[in-house]
Amino acid sequence: MFEHTLRAGALAFVMTASAVGVVALASMPASAAAPAASGPTVKIDNFVFGPAALTVTPGTTVTWINQDDIPHTVVAGDKSFKSKVLDTDERFSFTFTRPGEYDYFCSLHPHMVGKVIVKAG
Amino acid sequence: MNHQDTPGDDRRGFLKCMAWAGTGALWTVSGGLASSISLDQAAARPPASHAPAKGFSFVQLSDSHVGFAKPANPDAAATYREAVAKVIAMPMKPDFIIHTGDITQLSKDQEFDDADQIVRAAGLTVFHVPGEHDMLDEGAGQAYLARYGKGSKGAGWHSFDHHGVHFVALVNVVNLKPGGMGSLGPEQLAWLEKDLAGRSSSTPIVVFAHMPLWTVYADWGWGTDDAAQALTHLKRFGSVTVLNGHIHQITRKVEGNIAFHTARSTAFPQPVGGQGPSPGPLKVPTEQLHSMLGVTTASFVRGTEPIALVDSTLTA
Repeated sequence: MFEHTLRAGALAFVMTASAVGVVALASMPASAAAPAASGPTVKIDNFVFGPAALTVTPGTTVTWINQDDIPHTVVAGDKSFKSKVLDTDERFSFTFTRPGEYDYFCSLHPHMVGKVIVKAG
Repeated sequence: MNHQDTPGDDRRGFLKCMAWAGTGALWTVSGGLASSISLDQAAARPPASHAPAKGFSFVQLSDSHVGFAKPANPDAAATYREAVAKVIAMPMKPDFIIHTGDITQLSKDQEFDDADQIVRAAGLTVFHVPGEHDMLDEGAGQAYLARYGKGSKGAGWHSFDHHGVHFVALVNVVNLKPGGMGSLGPEQLAWLEKDLAGRSSSTPIVVFAHMPLWTVYADWGWGTDDAAQALTHLKRFGSVTVLNGHIHQITRKVEGNIAFHTARSTAFPQPVGGQGPSPGPLKVPTEQLHSMLGVTTASFVRGTEPIALVDSTLTA
């Protein structure tokens, strides 16, 4: 009923990419070209990061997906990663290379906190 | 909010016309004490109590979220336009408008442009503070400051005087800490202390900021971590009125001489703290939406009456 522009925009992008091929995909800005998540995802739903704590091995790319009607961000407490604002259905990916515990939060709604634990498997 | 529908009575007509928007409250400042009154209470009073002879009134608009287009409001610009139309229709022209933030949904230039164009129709000066939705540009607030930050400090805080009332605009939506709520920060608190120093304790003070300056519901971040320090500087004043937005519903609290009030949004309602899965938009049936949006009108009367606030919905 409420077809919002972002979803429509994302759809248009997918169609363009598939029609023109990999070259078009490579030329897209990094934020728009966030691939379909192959690694683990963290869903933002009802102002909660889920799962709140995620354990991965070094080299893993984690993707956050905002499923709320309200924009959110994903910002590391130590500023090692920081998304732009994510509107509904928008994604942010970050590849964790070094072992450690990464606390992060939404800089707009700071009561929203989460953690990624990176350790060798 | 209930109100009597009695055609032919100007005062009731006035109140009725204010019974539209969520972000409406009638503020009357008088005798140095601020107080808010409900629409029913206002209707029961003699006309003089909210028709100040030597005082003034102003309007609080909040959380217009221009650009929002999802359930329960497919067009937040349209409801903002309705709110401004209600201000224009007020028989007693307010002196100015205070907007307590979240002007836009995503800080886009087009959203700011649209919001400015809508509120400009009122022909009144608008004083702003940013909400977190107004700081989402690449420059983290530069777009807001370029439009509204002239003469302000830091992230946009400022103060001004109007007919003997001192107004302080605070910013509590930047540099937020993980796990925390709103934040004023040491630099702004130091500025506030200086700004208030030397003012007579009998000066009526109106403070406005986006997020509540008292803890409404901590689990949803509805408060300001260092508000207590700000209130320390405000305690000695005989009349302090604190106006906030952010939570898209009316809440009130009185603590000593400080009266706290949050306004409705002109865009969409939110649930009562803790009474829902999240502080996201409350998806109400279309026919209910206008009764949950609104404006606040404040009237300041010199004399013995306290500040009067009337919240009115957008229902016609």
